[in-house]
Amino acid sequence: MSALETAQKIKAKFGDLISEPAEFRGEITVKLADAEQITAVCEFAKGQLGFDYLVDISSLDNYGDDPRWTVVYHLRGLKHGNELRIKTDVSEEKSELPSVLPVWRTANWHEREIYDMMGIRFSGHPDLRRILMWEGYPYFPLRKDFPLAGKPSELPGIAFTKPAPLEGGPFVTAAGGKDAISREPRIRNPEE
Amino acid sequence: MATVQDIEVRDSAARTAAAAEELQDMHGERMVLNMGPSHPATHGVLRIVLELDGEIITKADPDVGYLHRGDEKIAENMTYTQFIPYTDRLDYLAPLANNVAYALAVEKLLGIHDKLPPRCQYIRVMCAELARISAHLLGLGAFAMDMGAVTVFLLSFTEREKIYNLAEAISGARLTTSYTRIGGVMRDLPPGWLDQCQKFCDEFIPALNEFETLLTRNRIWVDRVRDLAVISKEDAIDYGLSGPNLRGSGIEYDLRKNQPYLCYPDLEFDIPTGAVGDCYDRYLVRMEEMRQSTRILEQCIKKIPGGADNKTNEPVNVADGKITLPPKQKVMSSMEELIHQFMLVTEGVNCPPGEIYFGHENPKGELGFYINSKGGGTPYRMKIRAPSFVNLSIVPKIFVGTLISDTVAILGSLDFVMGECDR
Repeated sequence: MSALETAQKIKAKFGDLISEPAEFRGEITVKLADAEQITAVCEFAKGQLGFDYLVDISSLDNYGDDPRWTVVYHLRGLKHGNELRIKTDVSEEKSELPSVLPVWRTANWHEREIYDMMGIRFSGHPDLRRILMWEGYPYFPLRKDFPLAGKPSELPGIAFTKPAPLEGGPFVTAAGGKDAISREPRIRNPEE
Repeated sequence: MATVQDIEVRDSAARTAAAAEELQDMHGERMVLNMGPSHPATHGVLRIVLELDGEIITKADPDVGYLHRGDEKIAENMTYTQFIPYTDRLDYLAPLANNVAYALAVEKLLGIHDKLPPRCQYIRVMCAELARISAHLLGLGAFAMDMGAVTVFLLSFTEREKIYNLAEAISGARLTTSYTRIGGVMRDLPPGWLDQCQKFCDEFIPALNEFETLLTRNRIWVDRVRDLAVISKEDAIDYGLSGPNLRGSGIEYDLRKNQPYLCYPDLEFDIPTGAVGDCYDRYLVRMEEMRQSTRILEQCIKKIPGGADNKTNEPVNVADGKITLPPKQKVMSSMEELIHQFMLVTEGVNCPPGEIYFGHENPKGELGFYINSKGGGTPYRMKIRAPSFVNLSIVPKIFVGTLISDTVAILGSLDFVMGECDR
């Protein structure tokens, strides 16, 4: 059974909730319309289609678009060797979707990381704490409206909480921009 | 007359279980012990909060993130080529393997991963395997040193030094190699490098045999690591373990075999797996992987197109001016190459919109890059799937019920690197 056939099986089971499988560079992606169903879809993929290994969960910030968040699940079946990517959108007002921790326990730290970096919450997660940043840090640094230089936070005693200094180096440039100043990504303020 | 008395000694797992049972009656107070972030056995800045009942661990809570530098955020703000030096600093024990993994991921996005010149593929495989040996040697040395066998650590560093010399010869740097480029490598192998590599292989196997005599059948070593922190097949899959930790639990899954890339299908090598899934199995798997890596290296030295001095001028970069930098003399004399050079340096490699995931069999496990591109020279989002991060998430499960003195053995057998875990 190829990866495309497994995607068709998910579509047959969940109907209109699942988009037509898209292929890019040999990878199959399906999109789930209702994020609340993610646990059911993953349980079906693991139980019936043999996707026993969750490789990764990542998240996207579609800043300026609605819905703002996309959560990306990368599934693999160790026995049949197929891979499948499931994506689902979450709105900014809600910023919450069910945890897949009951399906794969490796989801624990991946979901904590997404909460830490993007601020998307996972309902049903027993221990949704920050993982890379420290407890009490007020921002979500991977959001597109968080500047690369960082923001000052009100916790002077805990860590380095000032924006990164621009004098000295390292000098980085980003593609685009009309002059050298606008190519320095650290001075860009995404909110402007 | 002397009396003979039989003493029954059960294996360590049974002893631990019996001790735990005995202790259940004694309702002692639990003690919380902080381990790290600066602890010699945590190999970096890992902090674990242990809850102890006497000497037995009842709860372990790893605290990661002390080395978080925001690599994923940084990647969104620079071109694909500019990010290569950052990959050196992920798993800093195997920078060459990280370079290869990252270059392959971007090439998959570009759709040129199957058009790489054969010589480039062989060079990259050799880089990845040298990095594997180097990383396993350090993992092994540090593991043994934490158990009190300092000799192995010193001996393994002698061998690692030779690998650093090889890395220095190809890239100019010993640690921060940044050797690969999108669509190829920085430059071809220097003269005499293959001979130097062959010399390393010849000397390495006897050295590895010596390490084995020091550890594999050493009574103290075996007693300390056997039957310790057994990870079942189901748990290994459920927790998403990868690399030697997954194979140590008896699952024959290696991305080099199961999702072949580069020239691995042309090379012969075996995938070692463990039988029990304890610390001793994970150690044995790493030992055998080093032998297999040496086997791959020797085949590459023999089979590399162009041979040692590349008399036939085999290319090492894809012949596409929109992806790899043109030769310098052409930039100075030809308009088209000048434009290509200018665009590549200022705008970066123009990648198509789309999303890909590429997983590479790194020494620590599966190093994956998920790249989401909206077109242009900068990724919209890059997620790094760090094997050390995922492998560490099993710590709260396997620590419970072990003795406090076993923590260093378990951490050593998991073989993680915090630079990669925290990104």
